[in-house]
Amino acid sequence: MSVPHALLGLLEREPHHGYDLKRLFDAYFAPDRPLAYAQVYSTLARMEGRGQVRLEGVERVDGPDRRRFAITTDGHLELERWLSEPLVPEPHLQAALFTKVVLAILSGRPVEPLVDAERHAHLERMRELTAIRRAGALQVALLADYCLFHLEADLRWLDVTAARVDELRAQILTVKEDR
Amino acid sequence: MGPSGSGKSTLLHCLAGILPPDGGSVTFDGARIDDLGEGDRSRLRRTAFGFVFQFGQLVPELSALENVSLPLLLNGVRRSVAEAAAAEWFPRLGLDGMERRRPGEMSGGQSQRVAVARALVTEPSVVFADEPTGALDTIAGEQVMELLTSAAARQNASVLLVTHEARVAAFAQREIVVRDGRVSGSAR
Ligand SMILES: Nc1ncnc2c1ncn2[C@@H]1O[C@H](COP(=O)(O)OP(=O)(O)OP(=O)(O)O)[C@@H](O)[C@H]1O
Ligand SMILES: [Mg+2]
Repeated sequence: MSVPHALLGLLEREPHHGYDLKRLFDAYFAPDRPLAYAQVYSTLARMEGRGQVRLEGVERVDGPDRRRFAITTDGHLELERWLSEPLVPEPHLQAALFTKVVLAILSGRPVEPLVDAERHAHLERMRELTAIRRAGALQVALLADYCLFHLEADLRWLDVTAARVDELRAQILTVKEDR
Repeated sequence: MGPSGSGKSTLLHCLAGILPPDGGSVTFDGARIDDLGEGDRSRLRRTAFGFVFQFGQLVPELSALENVSLPLLLNGVRRSVAEAAAAEWFPRLGLDGMERRRPGEMSGGQSQRVAVARALVTEPSVVFADEPTGALDTIAGEQVMELLTSAAARQNASVLLVTHEARVAAFAQREIVVRDGRVSGSAR
């Protein structure tokens, strides 16, 4: 799961406090596994260190200070890179794939190129594994099969998601963002 | 690859000279084939192309051996020669001894292997395969793909495969994605 990229995607839309980011992150990307506040703040600190976000202001409401963060040019570039480059195909990419699809929708980017790039990368890996299993002994073939089935499952999920992207877009864009 | 209804079979039929395209052209071996008459296209399909479909392509009244020799007979090859050529396929198909069985007496996987032999027996340049494993389980599907790709490679034939299964697509060297009747922009 790429928490930094998800946060960059949220900050690309508008600057946010850590508190908002946590709420939005949970709503969009991880309804079943809410993020700890501490992780949001430590991730933001690391991203600030890398120059991907900057502190835009500090506000005091009635409680602790709220630090508002904004994305930087380097942050934009990193988000672009991550969205356009396919993931390294390996089993259990679900969370990262899901984050990419949701971020593409949230930012108004087309989903199909992303799906095609991931499909291509997955199929490349699956070709390698197919060649290995065709050449190898049964135990090699069965190990390759484990990866092949998982990669295939990812692709099926991507296909189903791509087929329902309009529906998903409509639902995602109605998630309440008021604080 | 591509969603159901996206136009994969239609594209395959256009490329194979079965269906005339509404627009564009199809070129094979440096010559246009979409504007040929039905007679020429049908000859091209019999001699230069082979076909494997999801199921139901074997003639139920004929034995497996007769089914494999049929394309040769249609091309004017003598029966004895055609059946001898067809018979050579059976050990490779893993169907030694099943030459006299009818399609109804074979499993789906066995029938598809017979269909692969029938598609390749004329030594075509291109084999068009539309969901050749669509009705099979994983292992039977793999046997068909193994046979199809290795036999085609041995004969130097290209295979154009339609499938919705990524594991099956992984037998191919590249993928083309069709979406809403168009080849997707990022096809490589
Ligand atoms: N380029 C196109 N322009 C217009 N109509 C098309 C085009 N391609 C396909 N169609 C039409 O779309 C319908 C479905 O096409 P087709 O049977 O080729 O889909 P498919 O991808 O093979 O689907 P399935 O996976 O279900 O077999 C057909 O009615 C066909 O005529
Ligand atoms: Mg079809």
